[in-house]
Amino acid sequence: MNTTTTQPSGAGTGSPANEMRRGSLPNHFPAMLLASCAAVVAGILLAFSSFGFLLWGLLTAVAYVVIIATASARVEGGRKAKDRLVTAVVYGCFLVAMLPLVSVLWTVLRNGIVRFDGYFLSVSMSGVLPSMDAGGVYHAIVGTLAITGMATLISVPIGVMTAIYLVEYAEGRLKRIIIFFVDVMTGIPSIVAGLFVVALWMILFGPGETNGAAGAIALSVLMIPVVVRSSEEMLRLVPQDLREASYALGVPKWRTITRVVLPTSAGGLTTGIMLAIARVIGETAPLILTTGSSATAINWNLFDGQMMNLPVFIYSQVRMGGAVNYERAWAAALTLILVVMLLFFLARIIGRMFAPKTR
Amino acid sequence: MTTTDAPEAAPPPTGKRRIGDVAFAGLARGSGLLILLILAGVAAFLVIQAWPSLTANTANFLASTEWDPNVREEPAFGVAALAFGTVLAAAIALLLATPVAIGIALFIVFYAPRRIASVLGYLVDLLAAIPSVVYGLWGIGFLAPELVPVYQAMVRYLGWIPLFSGPASTSARTMLTAGVVLAVMILPIITAMSRDVFQQTPQGHREAALAMGATRWEMIRLAVLPFGKSGVIGGAMLGLGRALGETMAVAMILSPALIVSWDLLQSGNQTIAAHIALQYPEATGYGVSALIAAGLVLFAITLIVNMAARYVVSRGSKES
Amino acid sequence: MAKRIDVSGLNVYYGDFKAVEDVSMTIEPRSVTAFIGSSGCGKSTFLRTLNRMHEVTQGARVEGKVLLDDLDIYGADVDPVMVRTEVGMVFQKANPFPTMSIYDNVIAGARLNSKRMSKSEADDLVEQSLRGANLWEEVKDRLGKPGAGLSGGQQQRLCIARATAVKPSVLLMDEPCSALDPISTLAIEDLIHQLKENYTIVIVTHNMQQAARVSDRTAFFNLSAPGKPGKLIEMGETNQMFTRPEQKETENYITGRFG
Repeated sequence: MNTTTTQPSGAGTGSPANEMRRGSLPNHFPAMLLASCAAVVAGILLAFSSFGFLLWGLLTAVAYVVIIATASARVEGGRKAKDRLVTAVVYGCFLVAMLPLVSVLWTVLRNGIVRFDGYFLSVSMSGVLPSMDAGGVYHAIVGTLAITGMATLISVPIGVMTAIYLVEYAEGRLKRIIIFFVDVMTGIPSIVAGLFVVALWMILFGPGETNGAAGAIALSVLMIPVVVRSSEEMLRLVPQDLREASYALGVPKWRTITRVVLPTSAGGLTTGIMLAIARVIGETAPLILTTGSSATAINWNLFDGQMMNLPVFIYSQVRMGGAVNYERAWAAALTLILVVMLLFFLARIIGRMFAPKTR
Repeated sequence: MTTTDAPEAAPPPTGKRRIGDVAFAGLARGSGLLILLILAGVAAFLVIQAWPSLTANTANFLASTEWDPNVREEPAFGVAALAFGTVLAAAIALLLATPVAIGIALFIVFYAPRRIASVLGYLVDLLAAIPSVVYGLWGIGFLAPELVPVYQAMVRYLGWIPLFSGPASTSARTMLTAGVVLAVMILPIITAMSRDVFQQTPQGHREAALAMGATRWEMIRLAVLPFGKSGVIGGAMLGLGRALGETMAVAMILSPALIVSWDLLQSGNQTIAAHIALQYPEATGYGVSALIAAGLVLFAITLIVNMAARYVVSRGSKES
Repeated sequence: MAKRIDVSGLNVYYGDFKAVEDVSMTIEPRSVTAFIGSSGCGKSTFLRTLNRMHEVTQGARVEGKVLLDDLDIYGADVDPVMVRTEVGMVFQKANPFPTMSIYDNVIAGARLNSKRMSKSEADDLVEQSLRGANLWEEVKDRLGKPGAGLSGGQQQRLCIARATAVKPSVLLMDEPCSALDPISTLAIEDLIHQLKENYTIVIVTHNMQQAARVSDRTAFFNLSAPGKPGKLIEMGETNQMFTRPEQKETENYITGRFG
């Protein structure tokens, strides 16, 4: 490599042209090496009949990293070797993150499908003993829909109006304070939101009162800041020109907001709200405290007694611990994941459809 | 930032329109104030309901490790063991997740083919979409059994390290398993923040590094990492805040005990959040009030961590 | 050790779009060559192909040959990283690393190549590079301060010092003065005069007086219509180009009659 000399333009010792031509590994070398590592490791593992996908992946990765770094260090020099090493590690990090994703989805699907059928989705646990080979999640689906629906009805108006206030009206100190505390609220642990409602209910209705509305309020505490943040972002995307054009026509401010700003950002707002719903629909901890965990019958009334829901159903079945209970838990988890994924994909599609055209 | 007020030059508004404007503005402002009120309410109600048990407590709330509040007379309870467990679990998660998250962020911004980079980023975001109770179920129903032989091997070969001393739990329902699941859960949070700051590295600095003959990694080391440092730290702290408050994964996986133990491969320890979820259904006497007091401690810890995180992030974005 | 650059039949593409078409030229060592032409004519794009910096842009590719003395920099066994240590670059906007001190900025590139540089070697290199960039006297007392604290012109000279500290044989400059005031511009132009003693210098500029002041040879780029690829129209001695251009197009551009 270059050594420094005191000559103003000394290009170092040795011929730079040769240095630039210094060996490099062929372009397809990494791919070939990876394939051969995988094949050789698979062969060895099969020979010792201890093949497992995780072990195979791990050993292949280690073998690849070691060989590519050594080969590169010998042929291309230390700097290039380090670059190749980092590249391999960075790719590895991504694959490591995909492992739990694939594993969770696969395990839930494989275990959940056992009980996941029309019967399971259409009956409740009313009159079913925990260990009986019967019962389903209908009552929990009802509860989840009712509780999340009420939470959405509370959170969306407050959240969107706050976002409107922050973007269209607020100035100075109050604006900074609200933005700061919305951030703070985003970080409230979900169990603390549950405790808040427990504390509130104890004062309002006395100890031990559980119902769906309590759960909905707890979820709202978690949902409002998410709605504010996403709505704020969307409202800021509306070009100032549009507002000014409307003002210039003599349209008052509140009509400009309801007739111009909100319709323009409708797609983005909807996406944000759906993602917020997807986030709270799986919340468990606050609901264990507020909606109770032992309801077995269908209950549509948010203000009357315990109300089962999908997350708490999963949790309480796991706590019972029998084989049938685990089967129910997995099937309910599959139901819940399907609902969340549906919301997630719908949100993405709506976001795409209404995305502001940048080109 | 600059909000345009209704222009003065507009035709003189009729009385009706003016009422509309005032009412709408009031509604918007009221919503903002309501949020402040809710937050104040959370703190206030927690304090009010925690108070009776705290005044009746015969043990030192912050220093004691026992938990015996479910009586009418002389309750004795403290959060020392719980606070220790909470911090330990979150620290494990942070330690495992941060390096991987930085790697993923670098991968998506600088290594992945640009055409599919956004899809790959979306896959990482999907990790955040999975409900925590499902992670808990996966942890206890799949991951823990898989980890049993791994832990036994760790005790055999790494047992001389105090953290990994044996005997390994035969169910693997330990602090390390909980920490691994928490790490998976906070991975997308840290990744998202890191991605954002890496993407904002000025083109000029990246090109300057490449033009003087830096490899891709050297370019990242010279231009990207110094620039993104505060964003990554902020993201890690937001992840920490999430890990501290996470309930279900720990409540379902960990086989709890109210002790202060550094043995990550043995059962024991407990976190505040999981303790509340597990104890609440059986709480009597001063029980609920004591759990609310514990929740108040958790609230305070996460509040401090989150505020510090926001401060670090905002300071970082001002510098650049 | 300034080197000669020989370009033959070079095309540059962004995806399917052909940005530069069929450029052939020779750039002499120890001289200043200026690229002039209207915006979007491909002169900056072409400049970036001389040290393979265009590869940073996704989808950009090149056909043709670029010889650095006798080495084809697009040869199969040539590493772009090593090309860039031979062919340095200075950008339109001064871009010292904001988190590094002046000292660390200068030494950053050189450190990559020779890890084990003694303190005195490093000190020597920093002083010599900063002297070479006419910046030493202004910053010698605050080498530990961040480079971002300097004025625009000083920052640009710091970037030149950083580029020369790697000991390249060619320096590419992409409108290095366009963001600077006239006095800073003059300082950089003086510096370019000194640097050509040791380096091959290529400078892209929008300012024709600047091209006339600093360069020995000038190349004029133009495109026939918007959306068409840029081409090299004419290249020659700067004096001759500005007094007796061979092409009508060149004359129109130089005298201010476009098209």
